[in-house]
Amino acid sequence: MNRLFLLAILFVFIISCGKSKTERGENFTGSSSVEESSEIDASSYDPKRGEGKHTNVELGATLDQSMATKGEEVAGVKCTSCHKMTDERLVGPGWKGVTERRTPEWIMNFITNPDPMIDKDPELQAQLELCLVRMPNQSLSDTEAREIVEYMRKNDGVK
Amino acid sequence: MKNRFLKAIFVIALIFAFFASCKPKNSSNAVSGDAASKVYVAPGKYDEFYNFVSGGFSGQMSVYGLPSGRMLKVIPVFSVDPESGWGFSEETKPMLNTSHGFIPWDDAHHPEMSQTNGEVDGRWVFINGNNTPRIARLDLKRFKTAEIIELPNSAGNHSSPFITENTEYVVAGTRFGVPGDYEDGDVPINTYKENYKAHISFVKVGKEGEMDIAFQLRLPAVNFDLSHAGKGKSHGWFFFSCYNSEQANTLLEVNASQKDKDFIMAVNWKKAEEYIKDGKGKKEKAKYAHNYWDEKTHSAVSEMKEDVLVLDAMELKDICYMIPCPKSPHGCDVDPSGEYIAGSGKLAALIPVFSYTKMLAAIDKKTYEGDYNGIPVLKYDAVLHGEVQKPGLGPLHTEFDGKGNAYTTMFVSSEIVKWDIKTLKVLDRVPTYYSVGHLMIPGGDSKKPFGKYMVAYNKITKDRYLPTGPELTQSAQLYDITGDKMQLLLDFPTIGEPHYAQAAPADLIRNNGQVKFYKIEENQHPYVTKGEKESKVVRNGNQVHVYMTSTRSHFAPDNIEGIRVGDEVYFHITNLEQDWDVPHGFSVKGAKTAELLIMPGETSTLKWIPEKVGTSVFYCTDFCSALHQEMQGYVRVSPKGSATPLTYSVGTNMPAVK
Repeated sequence: MNRLFLLAILFVFIISCGKSKTERGENFTGSSSVEESSEIDASSYDPKRGEGKHTNVELGATLDQSMATKGEEVAGVKCTSCHKMTDERLVGPGWKGVTERRTPEWIMNFITNPDPMIDKDPELQAQLELCLVRMPNQSLSDTEAREIVEYMRKNDGVK
Repeated sequence: MKNRFLKAIFVIALIFAFFASCKPKNSSNAVSGDAASKVYVAPGKYDEFYNFVSGGFSGQMSVYGLPSGRMLKVIPVFSVDPESGWGFSEETKPMLNTSHGFIPWDDAHHPEMSQTNGEVDGRWVFINGNNTPRIARLDLKRFKTAEIIELPNSAGNHSSPFITENTEYVVAGTRFGVPGDYEDGDVPINTYKENYKAHISFVKVGKEGEMDIAFQLRLPAVNFDLSHAGKGKSHGWFFFSCYNSEQANTLLEVNASQKDKDFIMAVNWKKAEEYIKDGKGKKEKAKYAHNYWDEKTHSAVSEMKEDVLVLDAMELKDICYMIPCPKSPHGCDVDPSGEYIAGSGKLAALIPVFSYTKMLAAIDKKTYEGDYNGIPVLKYDAVLHGEVQKPGLGPLHTEFDGKGNAYTTMFVSSEIVKWDIKTLKVLDRVPTYYSVGHLMIPGGDSKKPFGKYMVAYNKITKDRYLPTGPELTQSAQLYDITGDKMQLLLDFPTIGEPHYAQAAPADLIRNNGQVKFYKIEENQHPYVTKGEKESKVVRNGNQVHVYMTSTRSHFAPDNIEGIRVGDEVYFHITNLEQDWDVPHGFSVKGAKTAELLIMPGETSTLKWIPEKVGTSVFYCTDFCSALHQEMQGYVRVSPKGSATPLTYSVGTNMPAVK
């Protein structure tokens, strides 16, 4: 009886001391901002279109010469340090034949939105194993991206 | 019966033991309580405040996150920084130009954030250069020094760079009395009282932050120490503490501590503006550098100014008034309402608090006790709101929490004392480790303090960290001031010697339109290379200009021949990347300068004069990709007068190999 009483008191003592400690653990930094990295969900990824805002790109039957010339200028500043016009790989793959292998939507999405696509596109992941450099986001405008597609078409022989 | 009694005793003893064991036993227990959870910022989460801390004799400004105390960045300001190329690249050298020429160092004391309507607005931080008097403006979109202006007629720019509530002016007062630059300063030092003067500068701040000295006030040769602008009702006034009203020129330690009272000087700067308008200012000859950063050309411009407008405050009687303040006042701090001015007589055993309303009345009724070199001296009692009695020893600086409380550092007794502004009663005191100088509450010198944290910046660290030889880091200490009692949460080390600091809510700055990279289309650097096809090497006499690009992970060109010993080779590197956090570095073997760190879309230039015949190399110093270690190139250096043709290439061997 006496022993039980003593144990009970000891128990109360331990509980109460422990509780007072946990009560102090308030989240003082609760107001600080959080930016969680988003989970990669590749299940809804469309490998033909890629991922980004370009869903339907109209291509002319013939080449838009002035657009292609503008595309060449932009590519000269932002792309050709790493891409040749031939099929030879420099830092990234050569551009020869790219408009035959890829849809214009895929190209425009990739060059304006590279990071999410490199994370999801199986072919880009395979490419990364070869090149080992993630294609950087070069902050192309939508117009510039479209002009580059036209330049790529010219490079692929569209007249 | 006896048994029951024993049982009761036993229970009482146990209860007593319970309370005793849970109660903190000493101060280290008090700190360990919940302090850790209050400063813990989980990985990937952000701090609540940006804290801008002066780098003291490092000449730079550091940026910390609060409450974690994590260092985020050191921004080079007055001192060269080989890591970023600051002061070494051709573009940044003009930022450190002065009337004395290029100066690679200064002593930076007081950051002050820009304000709108008396509230910190997250646009710029100003900081003073003490030794060769200057004010720098740092742009908080880029976290970069954007402008530096030199101050003529000044020596020891200490009471600076405090601002008015809409950032109309940033001020600078001289610590040393010295002859004006417009006079012959080659005079015997013991003619101090007759030949020496003090000048205070009011530097106008434009819409884009651009600084220009609007006018200077000529004053008796006292030592100006610190200052703060009036705010709210006292907007239009500025308050400067000063010591050495004895005008001693030797052994100031003793000779400048003779009088019972020195002064806090009140400046009616609106009145000064009127005098300027009325043409009462006199253009005096001067020479001072004004350096600013041009975002379009990624280059600094340095211009030398030739004159400055001076108002003689000893002749024009109603600009300045002296308020007697006990014993060599240091801090001069205005409460959020603008009514109370706390002067901290660093050798006094009390803190006098002055009333703006009483000051106006005293001026109105001419309640003077005399004049000091032509400037009216108001009667102490007529201006005094009251004195904080027995606050501690060596009061230095005061900040405010916006809840009616003031917090003053006590250097000699190593503590911070919290007191009520109205009743002047001491409410709490907490030790600092050790010898605290400045303190900072986010927004604590503005109209709108964020009274959650307080940081003490200590002069002496002694045993607070692991020993590191004779020189120890200095320390900052973070306190929670949300409760009645101040609570010490954290120690963290600082760079240089921390003097004053400022802080603002993180969202105010991170949402201010932070620049992540420079748009290559907008790059107007005269030696920009927009794309590899434009890269080239051009010789002009013994000057060689290399137009080079960098991208992950190569330079173009990366083979250069035809360079001769003694050539002035300028590597103009354009980083073609257009994404956040992709700088490239650039270093050349044997360069007697530093490296370059080139931000995406930026062009930077490193000058190199080869001295040895042979092959030199260059490489990227900032790990940029998996092929970073491949990012390298070669320069063939031939003797003077060599016939080796100038060639350059990337990807093909030049001259063509058969």
